[in-house]
Amino acid sequence: MLAASGKLDRRELCRALLADRGGLLVVAGLGAPAWDITAVGDCAENFPLWGGMGGAAMIGLGLALAQPARKVLVITGDGEMLMGLGALATIAVRRPPNLSIVVQDNEHYGETGMQETHTKYGVDLVGMARAAGFPRTMLVTRPEEVPALRAAVHAGEGPLFAVAKVDAASLPLVLPPREGAYLQARFREAVLGPAAHHQL
Amino acid sequence: MDRHPPESRPEAAADWPDRLYDLLRTHGIRQVAVVPDAGHARLIRRCLADAEMKVVPLTTEEEGIALLQGAWLGGEKGVLLMQSSGVGNCINMLSLGITHRTPMPMLVTMRGDFGEFNPAQVPMGSATQAVLEAIGALVRRADRPEDVVPTADATIRLAFNTFRPAATLIGQRVIGAKTFGKD
Repeated sequence: MLAASGKLDRRELCRALLADRGGLLVVAGLGAPAWDITAVGDCAENFPLWGGMGGAAMIGLGLALAQPARKVLVITGDGEMLMGLGALATIAVRRPPNLSIVVQDNEHYGETGMQETHTKYGVDLVGMARAAGFPRTMLVTRPEEVPALRAAVHAGEGPLFAVAKVDAASLPLVLPPREGAYLQARFREAVLGPAAHHQL
Repeated sequence: MDRHPPESRPEAAADWPDRLYDLLRTHGIRQVAVVPDAGHARLIRRCLADAEMKVVPLTTEEEGIALLQGAWLGGEKGVLLMQSSGVGNCINMLSLGITHRTPMPMLVTMRGDFGEFNPAQVPMGSATQAVLEAIGALVRRADRPEDVVPTADATIRLAFNTFRPAATLIGQRVIGAKTFGKD
């Protein structure tokens, strides 16, 4: 699971978190996290984002509040999370136990030319989440720590906020469907059944 | 016999915040995204007092747009309450609703619109309708108290029946301009 740099391989991390995922609902921030969950296996319970940068965690909150019996995992990047830091406060105030946010932190903006993010200079997202009031936080840097992260995501005793330091290498693109209405309709049908298309 | 249709009863004007709350109940709204707002203060209090409504206080309005996206993914209806100044914070996030065809009803109290005191409210107040329409939201205005509830009703129906962001702008003439004690 380690890249040559000695950091976690983001895709192997994703594969481990999503193994035997059961009913886990997954929202992925735009860019590499969306490619990662797709590389592990595209499915209706995935909601990969193509835009809305800074909104992934809040999409997770709305989903977690609407489906309190389901576990919700937001996988996103450090740049995307930095853009919506207020969401950490908002989520900590609502405290949905079934919501987990995992930031795959490569300390760079991988889609736009590998510019460094603030985390490269020590900005501590885990510390921010803890200060906001998240009851469970984790910093994961070693493969042997990943099973505990996976267990926490599936435990539903959150909200959980975790940062996993990952290798910065760009991996082969594995693109999810791009048609937004399709992504939404298939997700809703998977969660709500055929009634998803006949509400109101 | 009630000689007045619901929207023209004499009391309809003054208690529009209470009737907006009733409207949210009628439409089965379960998630209410809010920022502090004098114009919506009474409606926010009513929603907070309702155990079936999940009120989500935000740090910035665009969080509310993303919340509505997640709520709809999970099968719940939501609404975003904000001021016109907050609309500017939402524009890129509204691309979620356009891309995914997501119902995103917004009830916006206007500033910088009618008798404004604060110069800083005017630029965004003047741009509110134009930028919402530019990103693809449907916009309807209510400039008389008796128009607020039927217009909000139309906006919520447009959002959920036609799958898109839609906004009611509640004119500053309805709410009254804040004067900072200078009137």
